[in-house]
Amino acid sequence: MCRIGAIKSLNYVHPSKALQLMNSQQKGHDNSGFAMVMQDLGGIFEKYKQFPTLSLACTDEGLKIAEEILATIGFRQVFEWIPETNRQPGMDIQAMPNYVFRTFDYPEQFKDAPQREKEELLTNTRLQLRFAMERDQIGFAYSFWPDVITLKEIGDPRDIGTFFGLWEADDSFTAKNITAQCRQNTNYAIVRYAAHPFFLQGYVTLTNGENTFYQKNNEFQASLNPAYIGFESDSQCFLYTMHYMHRQLGWPLSYYKHIITPLPFEEVVQREDKDELLAIRQSLANLEINGPNTIIGTLPDFTMWVVCDAKKLRPIVVGHTEDTVVFSSEVCGINEILPDRNWETDIYPNEREIVVVDNNLEVQRWKQ
Amino acid sequence: METVKINDLACNDLPWKVIYDTERCTLCGSCVAACTFDAIAPKVERRRKSFSDTETPEPKIKFSATPVIAQKNVIKNYCRGCGVCERVCPNNAIRAERNPDSRFQVVYQAATGTGPKRGGRNNLEVAARTLDTLRVGRISQMTDPSLDAQRHTFDCLAPLGRILPATSLPFSVGPDGALHKNGTTPPTRWIYPVIIGDMSIGALSWRMWEAVSMAVAYLNEECGLPVRMCSGEGGMPVRLLTSKYLKYMILQIASGHFGWNRIIKAMPHMTEDPAGVLIKIGQGAKPGDGGLLMAAKVASHIQAIRGVPKADLLSPPNHQGLYSIEESVQKMFLSFNAAFKFRVPVAIKVAASATSVSVFNNLVRDPYNIVGGFFLDGINGGTGAAHEISLDHTGHPVVSKLRDCYLAAVAQGRQGQIPLWAAGGLGKTGNLAADAFKMFCLGANGVFTGKLILQLAGCLGNDHGRCNACNTGLCPAGITTQEPVLVRRLNPDRVAENIVNYFLGMDQELRKLMAPIGNSSLPIGRSDCLVATDKAVADRLQVQYVC
Repeated sequence: MCRIGAIKSLNYVHPSKALQLMNSQQKGHDNSGFAMVMQDLGGIFEKYKQFPTLSLACTDEGLKIAEEILATIGFRQVFEWIPETNRQPGMDIQAMPNYVFRTFDYPEQFKDAPQREKEELLTNTRLQLRFAMERDQIGFAYSFWPDVITLKEIGDPRDIGTFFGLWEADDSFTAKNITAQCRQNTNYAIVRYAAHPFFLQGYVTLTNGENTFYQKNNEFQASLNPAYIGFESDSQCFLYTMHYMHRQLGWPLSYYKHIITPLPFEEVVQREDKDELLAIRQSLANLEINGPNTIIGTLPDFTMWVVCDAKKLRPIVVGHTEDTVVFSSEVCGINEILPDRNWETDIYPNEREIVVVDNNLEVQRWKQ
Repeated sequence: METVKINDLACNDLPWKVIYDTERCTLCGSCVAACTFDAIAPKVERRRKSFSDTETPEPKIKFSATPVIAQKNVIKNYCRGCGVCERVCPNNAIRAERNPDSRFQVVYQAATGTGPKRGGRNNLEVAARTLDTLRVGRISQMTDPSLDAQRHTFDCLAPLGRILPATSLPFSVGPDGALHKNGTTPPTRWIYPVIIGDMSIGALSWRMWEAVSMAVAYLNEECGLPVRMCSGEGGMPVRLLTSKYLKYMILQIASGHFGWNRIIKAMPHMTEDPAGVLIKIGQGAKPGDGGLLMAAKVASHIQAIRGVPKADLLSPPNHQGLYSIEESVQKMFLSFNAAFKFRVPVAIKVAASATSVSVFNNLVRDPYNIVGGFFLDGINGGTGAAHEISLDHTGHPVVSKLRDCYLAAVAQGRQGQIPLWAAGGLGKTGNLAADAFKMFCLGANGVFTGKLILQLAGCLGNDHGRCNACNTGLCPAGITTQEPVLVRRLNPDRVAENIVNYFLGMDQELRKLMAPIGNSSLPIGRSDCLVATDKAVADRLQVQYVC
């Protein structure tokens, strides 16, 4: 089973916190991998916030292909961070030869392009990289977006932490938002892309659970956007639904719950907004989910949220202090990194709410 | 000695033989009175009996005239095997027995110059049913626990009406951060996923039609199941048209346009909108044959409702004024949408055919968004009168065709925009919930059923040639007749009760199927929860093959 966690803080946080958060829950996951997305970056990336950073794991051949593609499009590198890896015998990690975290300036012709156009360029470039490196698995392009870094690896999360030197906290590699998960998709084939969190255009989701309506979601989403690809994990559907609703349709976050777990008809017809809710249910019936799950996500503005399915639920706790909010599958994870918080104010989200945390760490509970 | 007259009709030429026991019969006459086909009659037989009334055998012969009940060897009055004689006989003295050596097909046509006609049933059984080779295979266990059919809530509803893609919804975000609908969208109704399918008041006796209507009203008003019923082609009583119960009725128009004069005249007096309008282009049980109401059934009240004289009423197999799908969309659908001021969904019913997907594609791509449902009808269904050759030898099964239409929608990202409703032999084994559920998984939003409703009313017919006399107006169960004496055999309250109970049971059974696959709403298109035990079926329907 997956265990998921997220940290949102007023201060920059080092990923060691995320490792600690997840390590205490290791009995719940199977130590088969570690993946995290860092948003609103601090440290060495802080002054490059407006520039897109590519998160890539690849072979030498893959790197060559990627560099050619980026150069052809006209991206100009402005910064690079090479993690100091620490390979020791007996480590449980299937590391790739290269980990590339490079920040670029936009091609000259996009300098004055509208924001949306730049964003489409970034996504198209990432997809191009992904397709070019897909054969023989010579590389994995996880994210290419401003102020975002993604790391995914197969193996024991503790060894992965050691390999990347992430156990030692410092100020150089930090973020105000970190989402993390400790498992590969061990039910099916192990594919690096299948590890949560998933990222698309500023949107992140990670899930503990199943999506029983995977086939319906998948078949419907496949025709909505060329970036809705992969589907190696049934949980990718949750990301695409959020992206479609929030970015493409421009609907507020609160409607996510109405799409994935619509209210029963008998409740809808009692409501003032029944016309809207029925229209949503009709038009997006294929995005409904059914299955036990908890979904944590972030929006491009770094708002962090969590929802559960409407019936079967998977555990999730939200604990907070003055300057930090932590989401965790198990409360022991929060105890680990926020030992002094008032646990009486912990939130256990229910089946009809979205818990939302904004950048001021105001925690809101929205009833569906 | 009798001469053998080989060309005369004999009882052993007929599909059913009446087996009669003189010893048990008290000559009460019940069977003769009850037989609506006049297939049996009393007659006197000359009986020879040898006996001996002495201590040693001294045979004597006695002849006597013995009254008996005998089967008629008249082509018009052949026994249909309905079994009413047996039901009514207090002494078990008479019954009909299937004649495996029947020469009926040959002698009927040779004698009359026309093929046999009968009530709508396909009797040519050549293969096992496709749906019976499918199982609900995805039973959730550890990772995805099943729901509890008793404890959880389930949304067992299906849409009827055109559904817009989300990008076309007239939504804007208000200052309150909420979505607001600023424009109109096509009317859509969420209804029970099983519609009682189009059997006209004319095909059915008035008591039967009333019983179905009562059951539908009861299911809605008392049981909370929004079941809808389609009128069939033939109009409705004005009292119903102007009552609040109209909202439970889907009005049908077919190529004969029967009954629409009254409907149109009633429009200004309607207090509710109907649940929908169904334009019947064709039906699956007898494609190309059109509707057929024999003059025998056109009683005075049918003449009044339809505005016709007593004559055979034929709905042509096609709509005479329509030449193409595009035209049907533009003319017919727009007219009917406009007639109810775009408040009532308008759907189409077509026979499953080689070109069903083309028709569906045309409709789903229509820019006016006015087709609110695609009702696909396959063989094995049907309740009306038709030529036997149409029933037995024409038509297209619905299962693969429904699947094709759904997959065509998926390929275009248009699934759900025109709800798919399927019929054709569903519930034939008596369990509609299982058949319906499998059709949902293959892509149907809902199903419609007719024949099963007749069975619930006490229909004695079956798919093995029993009775099948709906066309004659002599229905021995009072279901498909307009003869007052026969109609009174039917107790409409009991029929309504049967239908209501069946639907309540079916609703439970649907939950029992949704719970183990972990779904709380209908699994439309979830073919991943089906498995097929037949490889060919699995390949054709794109379902997992298991063995």
